Amino acid sequence: MPDWLQWLSRFENSKILALLIFFFTFCGILIYVYTGKKRAKRLESYKYIPLQDDERDLDAGNGEENDDERQKS
Amino acid sequence: MHTTLVIFGFGGCALFATSYYIVQRTCQTRLYSDWMASFTFWGWQLAVGLGALSYMFGYTQSREYAEFEWPIDILIAVTWVVYFTLYAQTLRRRSQPHIYVANWFYMAFILATAILHIFNNLAVPVGLFTLKSYSLFSGVQDAMTQWWYGHNAVGFFLTAAFLGMMYYFVPKQAGRPVYSYRLSIIHFWALSFLYMWVGAHHLHWTALPDWTSTLAATFSIMLLLPSWGGMINGIMTLSGAWEKLRTDPVMLFLITALSFYGMATFEGPLMSLKSVNALSHYTDWTIGHVHSGALGWVAMITFGSFYHMVPRLYDTRLYSVRLVYVHFWLATIGILLYITAMWVAGIFQGLMLRSFDDYGNLAYTFVETVAFLHEPYVVRAMGGVFFISGVAVMAWNMYMTVRQSRIESAEIEARIAAKMANA
Repeated sequence: MPDWLQWLSRFENSKILALLIFFFTFCGILIYVYTGKKRAKRLESYKYIPLQDDERDLDAGNGEENDDERQKS
Repeated sequence: MHTTLVIFGFGGCALFATSYYIVQRTCQTRLYSDWMASFTFWGWQLAVGLGALSYMFGYTQSREYAEFEWPIDILIAVTWVVYFTLYAQTLRRRSQPHIYVANWFYMAFILATAILHIFNNLAVPVGLFTLKSYSLFSGVQDAMTQWWYGHNAVGFFLTAAFLGMMYYFVPKQAGRPVYSYRLSIIHFWALSFLYMWVGAHHLHWTALPDWTSTLAATFSIMLLLPSWGGMINGIMTLSGAWEKLRTDPVMLFLITALSFYGMATFEGPLMSLKSVNALSHYTDWTIGHVHSGALGWVAMITFGSFYHMVPRLYDTRLYSVRLVYVHFWLATIGILLYITAMWVAGIFQGLMLRSFDDYGNLAYTFVETVAFLHEPYVVRAMGGVFFISGVAVMAWNMYMTVRQSRIESAEIEARIAAKMANA
């Protein structure tokens, strides 16, 4: 087994590593979500998606039929 | 039997139905496959039905919330893989470039449930033609695995997925977007990162190493932040439109559900503290907490969602809005009676069980604690009667709504036929 894998297999190392990965990933998500005016505007624009659903014909979708129907036709 | 039918029978069916509705609406596309949807319906009904029957005949693997014997576990796993495939393929063919946050919660629920179900049920059958099997885990590791599964069943099955329901139906019913989309993203990731760690708080003061349950309690306290962030996000969706609570009983269901969610997610971390748990564990306080979550949050958000969804599915209006009000008050009064009775029962039961006299003997016998529970149990039963009466009112209202839709369709068809005949 390579040295780095052996190091990783020890719980006192892998637990701290996992904690650091989760912590910094979450910090990264926080920074990504709450910085940049343009990004904030884009992200907030997605909240209107549920209110747009009545405007379109569900059966039409994006031009794709349901797979079962396609097979029938 | 009771927990299986509530969690998997009621909760599971509500989640299948609403997830298929929401994914189509928010992705603006049809389900990937109708037969796969039918397969998940029949597979799930068969699993829950066979489970209930097998319990009555004494077959259970005795794991909390996971009593199904191994053949039923395999049936559930197959159904779940089809569910995942169907959901992921429907997301893949969406018209919307962005996947709405409600779908993230549903996807986390589907993936987490798959992992939990498979690992918790790892077992070696005694034989091919017997229902009995032996778990791969034993002793304290078995307890740890069971509660890793058990609490995440609460976290991902009964919380994350119902939050997906909330993020769609609250904005739809309010007719306005969710308060903050960015907060919903943080809500999702914080909940996903934190929930997996907290299961061991069910095993305080046991053979489990002390640091493990302390770590679980620490993460439980941290969990308060995303839980309340999500609750505030949902309730603040009504900001500037609070009058809807006076005029719309469906909105009342949804917002009251969020209030109970806030209350239950405050009570949960509180009960995860070792000192509080020393009093609350093995008492009816736990039963009260579970029911404020199951009835107050899970059932109320489901009722609100059904009142929104069913008339739209049948292209009609609700048969009676007044009956929705009746249901709301029956349910709310029922839940309040139930949980306050259980608080009184549990806290006093805990205090009595750990009281000592001047000589260090137990101050009360076990039978005295049981005798004390009689009155709170009467109030609990009354609460249950209120709640189930509300469900009966809803069933009648739903039946009449569907019937009304069929009558309307028949009338329209008759009118078209008459016009065609005249032409």
